[in-house]
Amino acid sequence: MSHSVELHSVGMSFGRTRAVSDVSFTVEAGEFFSILGPSGCGKTTILRIVAGFLQPTDGAVLIGGQDMAGLGPDQRPTAMIFQSLALFPLMPVWENIAFGLEARGVAKAERRKKADELLHLIALDGYGDRMPGELSGGQRQRVAIARALAVEPQVLLLDEPLSALDLKLRQHMRSELRSLQKRTGVTFIYITHDQSEALAMSDRVAVMSDGILQQVGAPRELYDNPATPFVATFVGETNIIAGEVSAIDNGIATVESTHGRLRGRAGDGLAVGKTARLYVRPEALEPDGNGGNRLTAEIESIDFEGAFALAHGRLDDGGELVASIASTRLGHAPSIGERASFAFADVNAVVLPDD
Amino acid sequence: MNAADRIRKAFFGFYFAAFFLYLFAPLAIMGAATFNASRFPTVTPWQGTTLQWFSALWADTGMWQSLWTSAVVAFFVVLVVLPIGTAAALLLTSLHARARSFMYAVMVSPLLTPGVVIGISTLVLWRQLGVGGGVFLIVLAQSSFIICYVMLMVAARLQRFDRTQEEAAVGLGASKFMVFRRVILPFLKPALLAAGFLAVLQSIENYNTTLFVRGFDTPLTVYIATKVRTGLTPAVNALALIMIAVTIIGAITYEVVRRRNQRAG
Amino acid sequence: MTDLYKRFGGGLGTLFVALVAVWLTGMVLAPNIMMIDYALKPNLPPAEIGGPRDVYSLDNILYLANEGVHRAIFFKTIWASALVAFVTFIVCYPLAYWLAQNATQNQTAIVLLALTIPFWINEVLRTLAWYILLAFRGPLNALLMSLGIIDEPVRWYGDGGVLAGMTYAYILFMLFPVYNAIESLEKSQIEAARDLGASVWRTHWRVVIPHAKAGIATGCVFTFMLAAGSYVAPALLGAPGSRWFTEIIYNWFFEGGDWNRGAAYALVLLVLCLTVVLVTLRIARVSLTEVAK
Repeated sequence: MSHSVELHSVGMSFGRTRAVSDVSFTVEAGEFFSILGPSGCGKTTILRIVAGFLQPTDGAVLIGGQDMAGLGPDQRPTAMIFQSLALFPLMPVWENIAFGLEARGVAKAERRKKADELLHLIALDGYGDRMPGELSGGQRQRVAIARALAVEPQVLLLDEPLSALDLKLRQHMRSELRSLQKRTGVTFIYITHDQSEALAMSDRVAVMSDGILQQVGAPRELYDNPATPFVATFVGETNIIAGEVSAIDNGIATVESTHGRLRGRAGDGLAVGKTARLYVRPEALEPDGNGGNRLTAEIESIDFEGAFALAHGRLDDGGELVASIASTRLGHAPSIGERASFAFADVNAVVLPDD
Repeated sequence: MNAADRIRKAFFGFYFAAFFLYLFAPLAIMGAATFNASRFPTVTPWQGTTLQWFSALWADTGMWQSLWTSAVVAFFVVLVVLPIGTAAALLLTSLHARARSFMYAVMVSPLLTPGVVIGISTLVLWRQLGVGGGVFLIVLAQSSFIICYVMLMVAARLQRFDRTQEEAAVGLGASKFMVFRRVILPFLKPALLAAGFLAVLQSIENYNTTLFVRGFDTPLTVYIATKVRTGLTPAVNALALIMIAVTIIGAITYEVVRRRNQRAG
Repeated sequence: MTDLYKRFGGGLGTLFVALVAVWLTGMVLAPNIMMIDYALKPNLPPAEIGGPRDVYSLDNILYLANEGVHRAIFFKTIWASALVAFVTFIVCYPLAYWLAQNATQNQTAIVLLALTIPFWINEVLRTLAWYILLAFRGPLNALLMSLGIIDEPVRWYGDGGVLAGMTYAYILFMLFPVYNAIESLEKSQIEAARDLGASVWRTHWRVVIPHAKAGIATGCVFTFMLAAGSYVAPALLGAPGSRWFTEIIYNWFFEGGDWNRGAAYALVLLVLCLTVVLVTLRIARVSLTEVAK
């Protein structure tokens, strides 16, 4: 019923500018797949290539195992949801939803029926005769999705469709999108620059930067095992300690830093004697905890965030340290101005070569 | 209030009075002359109040004939200028920077050409092809520059068009024709209505171009201008008065509707 | 062009290009080329067309240069049209400034609406209104005499009448571009100039007018062109001593029966207008793309 999408060494140049280089990944049928990256990283270009609005300069796109070369957006089993939504402002909601069916020559009565079904699916029964301008942001969002689903696409392409909504609505729409995807079983490819959005909704995420694919993996995997320094810093918050690799043993690398000897899981491309960085998440740091790795810092501020608090400290070499402390344990936390020692386990840190 | 402000207020007050007197006094006098029993349209001396010139207007078959000619011309002008003006605007917005400014200059050039020259050039071309002046040439000559106005108005509207709508439609499987008919054309509709209205006005009001290509046909403006030589009577004023009245009523209606819409939000 | 085809496909794209081609070549270019052809050929009886005397020459244009009366009328039309543009600007500027900087939204709407009323009725009727007003035994003379300003009626028809009628006819073509240009000027700039001690006069001369340059140039160019090419105002409001160049052209066509000479005169008028337009825009450093309303 739904299709997989494969990209094989896709590249795209606009004149002399290289927007995307050598991107390969496979989206499984029925998967919720996100492409995450800062603006200008090439993620929208990838989406437009999959949709058929752009023909790639290199490589191939396969949808459901079929090569899409030369096919326009109207010939592909995809539907796109635009950042601006691009609803037709002068058509009532139901005509918007049934537009794709009108293009396929479906009779009016049937179009109306199908539009009403979709309105029911998105919980907007009875809104068919309104104009798009009369709807709220979230309602327009849902109409855009219904319009795309009306043509029964195998793959739905979403270009940051939530970016115009306010925070509360955005969070609500996340779960709604997620459940809609599960109910329809359509493959979703979702573009976003918001890492929490990507992590919360997706089965798998591709991280891009400067037109290059950095890593593809499940949200947990990206968070726990970043493959590149970019992924380590872009996905979630992290502390960075620079040093030199003195040993690699059993997948654990030892780094000599100004804060002493620290250990973490070794990433790809490490070599003894080379400079490297150690990445450790704020929540992996335990005040007065046990473990071979220790970092000492003077606490400068503690920001209470509700479920946890973030302690900002200054390391001896002037670097910054952020540690997350569960609210339930705040009673034992160091206070501002105090020197505190934080420990972390080897498995909770990653060592990657310098860029 | 200081002295400078007072001087400014006085200046603007005097200026506005003079300006609007200049603007409306000729029209008021022309309108008032309709009711004067004098054979030549004037208000001095007043020779008695009469409504006879309205019936004279009613009886003036030449006037009605010329009005009909103008209406026919205007009808065909609209038919010609709307498609071509729209096509020109679409072509213009599909061009890239340099080609666009060149085409733009070419397309506005008829606006910068004196009306008599447009009439003359059309006349000599078609005489060479064996076609003399008349409604056909009036339509062609008027259209050649009225298209510019349509092009400018449609292009202005197109600038506010969100082109992702086109992509969305194509992505949903619409043919290029359907994109044009269902998405672009409805968006352009207000501009096309306004442009059509302006085209009718421009066509009916035109004199300089029409004069040269009219042949033996006599549109309204030509008829009125000839009357000045052959014997002007206040029947013409009656016509002018009716047109002014219609305009003022139209203007007031427009303003009332505008304010109501504004209040409605 | 390729973008046009990409957007609309072969059928519609070709239709659009064809429509524009019909317009620009059939309705603009071809007539003008034929007019040039006429202008450069002598007026011959049908029997001699294609004969030995049917050759291109500048005779028709040189005729204008050598014919004293026509030449004088030509130059008079130029400076009188420039005067019309200048007077129209002076008349419109204060109103345009007030509308753009001082008026409330509703005031602007009402004034603009009122301004358009005389323009919904046609140019001939507008001119006719002046014809009636300025008649020798007409209302203006009657008023001035009853006020004791003049002792006997003045003959207004002539240069004065033409100037008044033309200015009246082209007010909107000047007002709108100037208004649009001044509207984009930030009020704070005017206040800053005042604050720095500039007089009202200097503020306008140094701040407002330079800012509104493009609009002023556009308005002047249009007014000049319309005035130079006008036929109705000089025909109705003129006198034998105030003939306009367009009247001479008309005479060549419909009274003199020499279309070639008429076409030559029209060509000279066209070249004059285009030159004035381009030179003015050049001086004001306005590109043709900005000349839109």
